[in-house]
Amino acid sequence: AVGRVLRLCRRWGAGPRAQTLRLICTTTAVHRKNAGASGPEKYTEAFIKKQIEEFNLGKRHLANMMGEDPETFTQEDIDRAIAYLFPSGLFDEQARPMMKHPNEVFPEQRKIQWGEDGRPFHFLFYTGKQSYYSLMHETYEKWLNVQKHQDQLIAQDLPVQKEKRNLAGSRWLTKIELEEILLEKVSDDDYSRFIKLLQKLVALPCADIEDKYIQKFSREVPVQLQKVVIEPLQYDERGVAFSTGEGKRKTARATAVVYDNGTGKITVNGIDILHYFPVLQDREQLLFPFQFLGRIGKHDTVCTVSGGGRSAQAGAIRLATAKALRSFVTEKEVEFMRQAGLLTVDPRVKERKKPGQEGPRRKFTWKKR
Amino acid sequence: DDKLLTEPLRHPDFFNVKELFTLKDLFDARVHLGHKKGCRHRFMEPYIFGCRLDQDIIDLDQTMQHLQLALNFTAHVAYRGGIILFVSRKRQFCHLVESTARACGEYAHTRYWQGGLLTNAHIQFGPGVRLPDLLIFLSTLNNVFEPHVAIRDAAKMNIPTIGVVDTNCNPCLISYPIPGNDDSPAAVELYCKLFRMTIIRAKDKRRHSEAVEELR
Repeated sequence: AVGRVLRLCRRWGAGPRAQTLRLICTTTAVHRKNAGASGPEKYTEAFIKKQIEEFNLGKRHLANMMGEDPETFTQEDIDRAIAYLFPSGLFDEQARPMMKHPNEVFPEQRKIQWGEDGRPFHFLFYTGKQSYYSLMHETYEKWLNVQKHQDQLIAQDLPVQKEKRNLAGSRWLTKIELEEILLEKVSDDDYSRFIKLLQKLVALPCADIEDKYIQKFSREVPVQLQKVVIEPLQYDERGVAFSTGEGKRKTARATAVVYDNGTGKITVNGIDILHYFPVLQDREQLLFPFQFLGRIGKHDTVCTVSGGGRSAQAGAIRLATAKALRSFVTEKEVEFMRQAGLLTVDPRVKERKKPGQEGPRRKFTWKKR
Repeated sequence: DDKLLTEPLRHPDFFNVKELFTLKDLFDARVHLGHKKGCRHRFMEPYIFGCRLDQDIIDLDQTMQHLQLALNFTAHVAYRGGIILFVSRKRQFCHLVESTARACGEYAHTRYWQGGLLTNAHIQFGPGVRLPDLLIFLSTLNNVFEPHVAIRDAAKMNIPTIGVVDTNCNPCLISYPIPGNDDSPAAVELYCKLFRMTIIRAKDKRRHSEAVEELR
């Protein structure tokens, strides 16, 4: 390239400047081919086999070194042994020395896909996305099978069944799950096309024949409805009914045990509330559930609380007592309590400070100059 | 080994592909039906027999000759263990073409053609990949009725092509064009059957010849 540039200059300089040769420097970086774009290196079957043999041999050596039985040396033992023999202070887990089975180290899709004579193994190799297109081919074949079966039934004048399959509890595979199965990148368009084909297959009346095939691509959705179970009353040695509840507020965690046939005494961490909560506001918070239900002098409470500050502990105990009182009360009153906000966990926590600001919301003083 | 390869080249029709089809088979499979007069491509005029009620009729005598040449060529390529790639961009026949390719033990591409498949193969597939030795087009047009990119790419990479050219197709860059209908299911099934039979026949003959050589 440098030579070409010199020649050009000589041609242009046809006048008195013909003698001067201007050298324009070009680096070889411009002409160096991008090695990264040539794609990953492919591994042959023989290479992978050799790696597996070496790994097994190395595993036995390692077991002997650690003084353990080579036959029962698992992957966890290998990891522990390597961490012991080669201690590393590096933060990145993947940068530390590791000894894993070659099948995990060399990804499957990088294995060479053709034999010794150069002929590829898969008949759709030249499409570029062989697993995805072979999956589409298979699914379409199932669709054709179902159509043929349906036509046969119609020809024989038999009724075509239409059972309502319960699709509410199942979902199709996600794109990432499909990529893991196919070991290939799948684009959004390809994924949506595959799902549409599956839906087309399922929509046919006689699709029950291919149920096993369809189930490979559907997953169960766990039932999310969780009815809150109100625990029944328990009875202690004296025959007094009691119930427990847990509550939290900010960083405070509290448990409360509410006894029946009481005098309205409340004990927190073994201390009476008058001494534990000197401030009136906190004691009001504790008494609110009882006041709401009109049961002020009827229950005894023993609570334990830890963490948080004064208000947070009060709020936590309030929630715990309200939860415990659910067992003593009718369902309607539970609903009233819920609507009053006694049974909801307060989600407010301290907001974090952001960089470039003095606090969570407060900005630095703005100076004009 | 040298004798195995040179022996078939001495005969004009070593694999006897003439007996696989007759003119009546082509007629029954509706191979002679072309598109309307308005869709006619200029370079297809030598292959057209005539026009009836605005629809072009393809000359089946010429089709017979071209088909025989094409099948003979595929048989020779398959005999020498070449890679054959079936290409078609018709959605109707995608499954049929792929099943045919699988049945022969050859390869198929009936999906979206990525730009650098033939011309940029060493980067797309990896170094040392072997390109197809023959491309068979069951339909030379793609979904937008333009010539398939693979025809031009195969010509660039010096790969011989066989293609079923309809009256609206351009037969220029195809080494062995076969003027005929590419839209009717009957016609395409006939082509698939013929190619499958020739390839299987050629491969069997090769195995047979190798076995005979080994016995000597």
